[in-house]
Amino acid sequence: MEHHAEILRDGRWYRQAPGWRDLAATVLVLALILVLGSTARQMVAPLGAARQPDITLSPLALPFYALRTTMRMLVAIAASLFFTFTYATLAAKSRRAEMVLVPLLDVLQSVPILGYLSFTVLFFVALFPGNELGPELAAIFAIFTSQAWNMAFSFYQSLRTVPRDLDEASRSFRFSAWQRFWRLEVPFAMPGLVWNTMMSMSGGWFFVVASEAIAVGDLQINLPGVGSYVARAIAERDLAAVGWAIVAMSAAILVYDQLLFRPLVAWADKFRFEQTAAASVPRSWVLDLFRRARLLRRVTSPMAAGLASAARARLSLPPALHGLIGWGPRRRIGDLAWYGLIIAGIGAALRQLYRVAGAELSWGDVAVAAGEGGLTLLRVAVLIALATVVWVPIGVFVGLRPKLAEAAQPLAQFLAAFPANLLFPVAVFFILRFDLAPRIWLSPLMVLGTQWYILFNVVAGASAFPSDFREAAASFRIGGWRWWREVMLPGVFPFYVTGAITASGGAWNASIVAEAVSWGQTRLSAGGLGAYIAERTAAGDFPRIALGIAVMSLFVIAANRLLWRPLYAFAERRTRLD
Amino acid sequence: MTATAGAPTIELRKICRTFAKPSGEPLPVLADIDLALRDGEILGLLGRSGSGKSTLLRIAAGLIRPTSGEILYRGAPLEGPAEGIAVVFQTFALFPWLTVLENVEAGLDALGLPRAEARRRAQSAIDLIGLDGFQSAYPRELSGGMRQRVGFARAMVIEPLVLLMDEPFSALDVLTAETLRTDFLDLWIERQMPTRSVLLVTHNIEEAVLMCDRTLVLSSNPGRIAADIPVPLARPRNRLDDAFRAIVDEIYSILTSRALASIKAQGRLHGGLAQALPRASVNQMRGLLETLASAPYSGSAELGALAGALSFEVDDLFPIAEGLHILEFAELSAGSLKLTAAGRTFVRCETEERKRLFNEHLLKFVPLAAHIRRVLDEREGHRAPRVRFESELEDHMIRRDAERTLRAVTGWARYAEVFEYDDTMRMFRIGKR
Repeated sequence: MEHHAEILRDGRWYRQAPGWRDLAATVLVLALILVLGSTARQMVAPLGAARQPDITLSPLALPFYALRTTMRMLVAIAASLFFTFTYATLAAKSRRAEMVLVPLLDVLQSVPILGYLSFTVLFFVALFPGNELGPELAAIFAIFTSQAWNMAFSFYQSLRTVPRDLDEASRSFRFSAWQRFWRLEVPFAMPGLVWNTMMSMSGGWFFVVASEAIAVGDLQINLPGVGSYVARAIAERDLAAVGWAIVAMSAAILVYDQLLFRPLVAWADKFRFEQTAAASVPRSWVLDLFRRARLLRRVTSPMAAGLASAARARLSLPPALHGLIGWGPRRRIGDLAWYGLIIAGIGAALRQLYRVAGAELSWGDVAVAAGEGGLTLLRVAVLIALATVVWVPIGVFVGLRPKLAEAAQPLAQFLAAFPANLLFPVAVFFILRFDLAPRIWLSPLMVLGTQWYILFNVVAGASAFPSDFREAAASFRIGGWRWWREVMLPGVFPFYVTGAITASGGAWNASIVAEAVSWGQTRLSAGGLGAYIAERTAAGDFPRIALGIAVMSLFVIAANRLLWRPLYAFAERRTRLD
Repeated sequence: MTATAGAPTIELRKICRTFAKPSGEPLPVLADIDLALRDGEILGLLGRSGSGKSTLLRIAAGLIRPTSGEILYRGAPLEGPAEGIAVVFQTFALFPWLTVLENVEAGLDALGLPRAEARRRAQSAIDLIGLDGFQSAYPRELSGGMRQRVGFARAMVIEPLVLLMDEPFSALDVLTAETLRTDFLDLWIERQMPTRSVLLVTHNIEEAVLMCDRTLVLSSNPGRIAADIPVPLARPRNRLDDAFRAIVDEIYSILTSRALASIKAQGRLHGGLAQALPRASVNQMRGLLETLASAPYSGSAELGALAGALSFEVDDLFPIAEGLHILEFAELSAGSLKLTAAGRTFVRCETEERKRLFNEHLLKFVPLAAHIRRVLDEREGHRAPRVRFESELEDHMIRRDAERTLRAVTGWARYAEVFEYDDTMRMFRIGKR
């Protein structure tokens, strides 16, 4: 549940898409969810899931489980990348596709992933009955959805903001579309893409852990992995095993980061668009090793040359296709037909929604879900406010000290990437031990993983704060509260908003696993929309799962539209000098 | 090499380009341009910013389609970017993720040459432009001058018949720009490149006179060819030559008379609301007034000399001079700028009196300022949204000019305390005093 803001173009703010398109996309997605939810009940009966492998609690099995979990991450990233290159390219190049694809993406990224996990599990299990591939794909799909929307958005925005001079140079050299894609568009989008992939990592680990062990009604899924290991440990009330899982996961994240992401970030640095040399260049020992190893280079260089000449090949689409996808000049009749098609699609969705939802759900259900949503909203608001009060001063303190920031930043990023749901059992253990009220003490779990986004964005903001402003403030002896109010807080505000958007989106998502937890046979529920969805999932009550997801999506969309985007736009405008 | 009038390599016929106003009416930015780029010449295209000269270059390159008109390249209609036409960009337009060598080779991608052949041609272009030894550097490691050399090498590698240069030296410092110009002219004079004709877009008058065989002066709003000035000077040319200076002064006076004509014409239309205001801050105008009042000018100066002394280019000097002319603190006429009586008084006064005088002139000579003030006076609460005036202006000018005009009038009015502007609310208002 990431978030993107409006694009700034010639000094004016442009909304990404007109309101009615958002509305239409919202209707379309929610209708799809509700209809799927209401019809899923018929699918579940004949499903026989594959024989489930036994999960052992021996710590020795953990490296293998961690490897399986990591493999899922890798496959999901590859799938996300493929999705990004196709979906975003189509959205950016075709005017007609853009009309549908962009608002759709916008809504999709507000839909709580753990909510529809139950549907996707059913879907994939039904696709490969009696085969482990089904649950495996469902888990991968959950990770995919936590990354793909962000990456696609980032790529789409890059494609739309390719610098004019490079665009003209490419056209004047008569690059083919294929050459242009690999020579100009992908390299230009690379830094944003890598950054967004990294930012969605937290979600990725979180969801892979959550999706490995899941019960939908009578269907019980246990995929070999760290998530299932923890689920087993919870069922057997084995706190030591939870501890081992935390260690194994930390190791996996560190290795993944060092072997995959550090090298990727260091390598992607050459695609930075600024023409000035950067003060600090990201480094990676793995990348250095690869670059220096001669033997390795000799082996890989033919491959690299092959890729390079593939990128240079003059492939291009047959011209007949251009008109069809709205590539060429505007055609009135085509546009009208396209609009007609969209309106017909929305109409059909609405009708289906009315028919199916009307049969299964009552207005009372809607009121219950909305009430639960209000409770979760209250929690998210209070927790984000608390996290702000705690982490903004600390972030500023750290950010203004370069040495400290350098040490703290990787730690904060690690904490953000660490799947907080692995820590839940520990918290639950203490809540039970000291007999604390679950309605209050389960709440902090929602921001356990996402609060770090606030921290590391504020640290980044304070580090980037111009030193002449600080010196000016010091020379005018601005201190105390005035220093915060007039100097520092406006300075870190845009960064804070970016962090808070991610944190609150993540908190909504996490509520589904944080508001209802268990320890052995003991079940704790804090109430709220997350608990509502979780409990309906366990009961296999699909229409109400769908309702819960729809209500939560609406809450998230409303929060984004009414609070975060205006704040973001305000922050951007206020802190620009020109 | 003297200007020999050969057959045209690129010919533009009756080129028009228009934008749509918010009301849907067309607003021309280029009108009826006829231009022939002859074989063997360097043709200058000189104009102020907003005259559409870069748009014209892009039309000649096939990057932008004109609204109407015809483009002929070697006698055949030009439909898009074509083989044999290369562009050098003001911003260099290098791919930051490619090395110098790869950047130069990228120019050859479309030709589908074998790898070895591409490498050979890239290498020879690099040698020609003086980039040898920099092949493996990334653009961000290079100075501006070296970056533009890569831009030249990338254009030369396709062995273009026509070279289109869009203010290629304007992003460089004075010394670097001069070195690059000289190097380019050496290659051109010694015929070391296959290029038959060059189109050079510039807003630097001396650069045009130094490099070109012929210079077209574009006027603004809409862009038209105002004059076609041959430069029959032998190369290498000397900037201090009398003949050189005479041509520079001639161009200044053409540009001045065009500016005056446009100010006069716009002032008459739509109660003066069509008057586009120049990008000139109060500080710049005050500085120019004080410079003009002091020695050696003592009240009057040739624009060419003034620009030289302040190391200003056309786009630096003209807006300020126009601002002073519109406010009647100074008078523009045939290439010179002269203080008016009010201008002399302004220079002598203290801050408060200066403000009062500026206030008076602003309300009297800038109809837009008077209009905004009147609207604010009439309104309950004395506030009005900026967008109201924005759309009013966009009926008469393109958005960019409307934006610039509103910025100028806001700055002037804030100084003169005619009205205030709140950017958060995007509202004009009358301050409480």
